This record gives sequence, C-alpha cells and structure tokens, in this order.
Amino acid sequence: MTDGFRAVRGGVSIRLDRDEAAVLRSMAGLVLELVDPPEDGGDPLEALVGISGAADTPEDPVLARLLPDAYGGDREAAGEFRRYTEGDLRRHKRENAETMISGLSGLGPGGGELVLDTGDAHAWLKALNDVRLALGTRLGVEEDGGRTRVRADDRADRAALSVYEWLGGVQETLVQALMAER
Amino acid sequence: MGTAPAPVELERPEADEDVRPDKPWVTVVWNDPVNLMSYVTYVFQTVFGYSKAKAHKLMMDVHHKGRAVVSSGSREEMERDVSVLHTYGLWATLQHDE
Repeated sequence: MTDGFRAVRGGVSIRLDRDEAAVLRSMAGLVLELVDPPEDGGDPLEALVGISGAADTPEDPVLARLLPDAYGGDREAAGEFRRYTEGDLRRHKRENAETMISGLSGLGPGGGELVLDTGDAHAWLKALNDVRLALGTRLGVEEDGGRTRVRADDRADRAALSVYEWLGGVQETLVQALMAER
Repeated sequence: MGTAPAPVELERPEADEDVRPDKPWVTVVWNDPVNLMSYVTYVFQTVFGYSKAKAHKLMMDVHHKGRAVVSSGSREEMERDVSVLHTYGLWATLQHDE
C-alpha cells in the first residue's frame, strides 16, 4: 500500500504497486472519456478559434460538475461564456489526465517509484481532483455536519466508494507535499 | 449586532458599506462535499498568491457559510479567475457585486 506523495528536490515522488497504478490509470481514463468533446459536426471555423457550439449546461450531473456554469443566476451569460471557454476547459482537463497516464506508463509492470517535477505534479493534482469530482458526484457524496456521507447501496457502489476514499488520501499527501515545497 | 453611539465623524463611509465602485464584480466559491479543505486552501494560495492564513480563512468561510467572495475586479478579470478556478475543479461563479 502506497504511503502517498512526498516532497523531493524539484518536485514530488510516490511509490505505487501494480494494482494502485492500474486503478489510477483507469480513473484517469474515465476523465478522458468524460471530457472528450462530443462529435457534433459543429462549425469547423468556430472549432478552429476555440468556440464550441455548446451553450447549455451538460445534462449529466458529473459533466455539469466538471464543467460548471460561470454565472449562477444568468442562463444567457452562462451560455455565452460556455460557448467561448468550454473547449479550453475540456482540453485542459484532458491534458492533465494524459499527463497522469503517461507518467504511470513509465512505471515497470510491477510498479515502482514515480518522480514528478512541479509542473507534472500540478497536472496530477488537478487530474486527481477531477477523478474525485466525477466519482463523488456519481456516488452522490454529501456533507453532513462536516463529515462526508454517501449512500453505497450495492457492491459496485461500495467498491467505488473505497476507491474514492483512497484517492482522497493520495490527493491529500500530494497537497501536503506541494505545500511543503512552497 | 449592537449599536454604539456614533462618533461625530463623517469623513469615512461606514465600515460595512463596502464601497468599491471601481471593483463591481466578484468571484464566489461555493461549498462542495468533494474538494479537500487542504486542496481548496492550496488553490487559493496558488491562484491568487494569498498568504496561507488568508487562504485558510477563505476556505473556512466557504466550508461554514457555504460560499465566500474570493476576489473582486472588472468583469473580464473575474471571468479569468472563474476560468482558472474551474481548471482546479472548484465550484466558482462570478456576479455583479451587490
């Protein structure tokens, strides 16, 4: 079982076994799938200059959490903002998840120690958070008097919950390692 | 809150009037059950360059009050702040200051 991240010169490092690396890789893959833009056959010129056609809040609550509205009570302004920025936000999240996957692919088949420079560590930090947002939203995690509460009704949910909690612990060590570096 | 007899001094506005005509827009971060408290503090330090103490206080405001104003400025500046906070996965919105 990993001890999580620790600060090293110029970045952070973590020791992962094979199963832990596999979980992280599949979770990052999940985010990749989520944030890949839909093939809507939109205007190629708009796509070229970074405008996505989508102005509506995503219907999927997970995607709506990863790509939230920027204007709370103003649908028109939120839609206009989304049209110009959602493509960039999706790209940013995709690149973070890809950084995580490519880092993991540097590990041998049995796992090992991974060293990340500060730039990659930030990409991991955001990607881990996106993974937790996706899982937490899907599981319906709630806060109850400062404590996290979730309804895990079946085996699949309980398995997802244990991954979610493990990821929270790993992310916490990454935050502490980066704070120690500041 | 109780009211003390007002001193006769009219040069300054009342402290709670919060007059900021040059900064009419604000970025608000909302509480959510997933983001770690340490992470939110770290993001405020990294994105805004706030001290650890200030970042921690803002995070606690978000946690206990459900939301906190984390920056103010022009509409364009607040759109930029919200965009950056969204890359970190924080639930941020901008609005005209009330």
